[in-house]
Amino acid sequence: MGWNRKVLRVNLTQGTCKVEPLNMEWADQYLGSRGLATKYLVSEIDPKVDPLSPDNKMIMATGPLTGTMASTGGRYTVVTKGPLTGAIACSNSGGFFGAEMKFAGWDMIIFEGRSPKPVYLFVENDKAELRDASHLWGKSCWDTEEEIKRAHQDPQIRISSIGRAGENQVLFACIVNDMHRAAGRSGVGAVMGSKNLKAVALRGTKGVSGIKNFGEFMTATNAAKKVLADNAVTGQGLPKYGTQVLMNVINEIGALPTRNHRDVQFEDASKISAEAMHEKRESDGKPHLVTNAACFGCTIACGRISAIDKNHFTVKNSPKYWGASGGLEYEAAWALGAANGVGDLEALQYANLLCNEQGMDPISFGATVGAVMELYEMGVISKDQLGIDAPFGSAEALAKLTEMTANGEGFGKEIALGSKRLCEKYGHPELSMSVKGQEFPAYDSRGIQGMGLAYATANRGACHLRGYTVASEVLGIPVKTDPLATEGKPDLVKAFQDATAVFDAAGICVFTSFAWTLADVQPQIAAACEGDWSMEKLNEVGERIWNMERQFNNAAGFTAKDDNLPPRLTTEPAKTGPAKGMVNRLSEMLPEYYKVRGWTPEGEPTPETLARLGL
Amino acid sequence: MKIAFKLFASLTDYLPPERRGNRVEVEVEDGTTIADMIARYRVPERSAHLVLVNGVFIPPAQRPRRRLAEGDELAIWPPIAGG
Repeated sequence: MGWNRKVLRVNLTQGTCKVEPLNMEWADQYLGSRGLATKYLVSEIDPKVDPLSPDNKMIMATGPLTGTMASTGGRYTVVTKGPLTGAIACSNSGGFFGAEMKFAGWDMIIFEGRSPKPVYLFVENDKAELRDASHLWGKSCWDTEEEIKRAHQDPQIRISSIGRAGENQVLFACIVNDMHRAAGRSGVGAVMGSKNLKAVALRGTKGVSGIKNFGEFMTATNAAKKVLADNAVTGQGLPKYGTQVLMNVINEIGALPTRNHRDVQFEDASKISAEAMHEKRESDGKPHLVTNAACFGCTIACGRISAIDKNHFTVKNSPKYWGASGGLEYEAAWALGAANGVGDLEALQYANLLCNEQGMDPISFGATVGAVMELYEMGVISKDQLGIDAPFGSAEALAKLTEMTANGEGFGKEIALGSKRLCEKYGHPELSMSVKGQEFPAYDSRGIQGMGLAYATANRGACHLRGYTVASEVLGIPVKTDPLATEGKPDLVKAFQDATAVFDAAGICVFTSFAWTLADVQPQIAAACEGDWSMEKLNEVGERIWNMERQFNNAAGFTAKDDNLPPRLTTEPAKTGPAKGMVNRLSEMLPEYYKVRGWTPEGEPTPETLARLGL
Repeated sequence: MKIAFKLFASLTDYLPPERRGNRVEVEVEDGTTIADMIARYRVPERSAHLVLVNGVFIPPAQRPRRRLAEGDELAIWPPIAGG
């Protein structure tokens, strides 16, 4: 069956933990994880609820393939109304936490209300209880994991927690599991902090049972693993170079947002690239990269484990950062680096470590620092306010601002608001490089036109993981399209958006889609889950999830006006590279996208579309 | 004429020792094509996946006849992806 058919409902106000059967009718329509958890959320909360109030809920959910033999089947998602955007938030993480939830016998955990004091949830198979976390409040994600494992005398407990950023309700706080994996975007960690929930600690020893047809499932998962192993990207490129291999590619094509999107190429991109992470440092003769790493059940292993230069100014007096730890991945390296014009690889890793330690999304954080540096250079924000000179390119400023934001000190409290609120406060809303309040990831849509549409329409605000047309427009997966053209992009974006929703709902990693299509995923789901899971049905599930999320956002107050890009991207041409002289031509794509989606010109799903999808 | 030749990721090792990072500047004869460069540096053809000249993608079919010009930047990657 794929699912455990069991939901844990935790009322933090009352301090209760209750068992509920999983709604199998919904499971048949929304599959799991992102899809199923969102269905629960939108059915239970007012779309206009204050995201940081007790009336918002937060759901941690697995998919039917989570914890199974399916490659990359270790994903879980956190679904809530996001405080950064006010839109649906759905943040996905790898590591081992998701599989452990499955092994403990649960499909999802729903958190509601607000605890009167800091608590953590401890789940050991069927047993679930809230425990006092007063002694953990103020501690980092790393220390919280260690202390909970020590307290329970069990190193195999898997933990998701918030650091100081979540406690302080930094609007881009994330939830960190397994030390350096994170449900990263949209501020889900701030919601957790608002509920006085410090951590969720899981121990499951039940394994996974109930696979519909075990023989067929093993055949299907083995065949799919062979596809990943035989593919040059997932079998060789990603394990060796990680996502960071994109730094030079995206710079070369002129789509690497630099200095708060003032430029589209970064002169120091090579210094912060995957290739640079492999080179031996002059200072100690060691490469930055130590090894690659895999999440639960993953046969790709794209994760980066690095060791910072002990002599670097950021850590020379802080031995706790000297060990091998997570990073740098492409998005973090870009946001902390090119977005701020900082070409110091070690400084980026230091900032990245602080993001992991105290639970901050490095994308939104780094991009917000980019806006601060631009405001500083314009003379709008002064050294006195910041406590440091902060021109573009200053590694010292990056390090200092990271410390201040992670610890809730000084100007860090303003950075904690994210770029939209910060730029509005200082009279320059146009300098926030965001959509629906969430900062862009690492692709400039003047050089990759389809990504402009993908960003503008992403249900959780600017995001690359909702419709990664970079795969087609730049990398030729599954087919090469022209990144500078707008023709055909509405169909391309919709196809990527719907398919990604299925990968997410299944509980597997979207990076498998560099080698797999839905045709590789379908036999695995069909063998694991009861019911009819044809290609046609999976395509419909993906489209249903997308429209459900859209309906929630519309009900929360978003309109077609919010499917937009900052004026810099639509009016200021790229200065260099193949896109020189170009802006993003969103207006050429958006009306067609609405038509392709079966929406009105105002961006509302038509009654016919809703009826077709059973919404 | 002088062009810049760049090989990335696992292709880095095919660059000559005088490389600076992933880039070398080389003198080539007029009329040199992309395919000529791939052959000259013994880059396995199937590994020359993503081929850009001045940042613009050149499809495989055009590589044997696409002539390079003074100052061109030819950059090549094996199959890669990220996110």
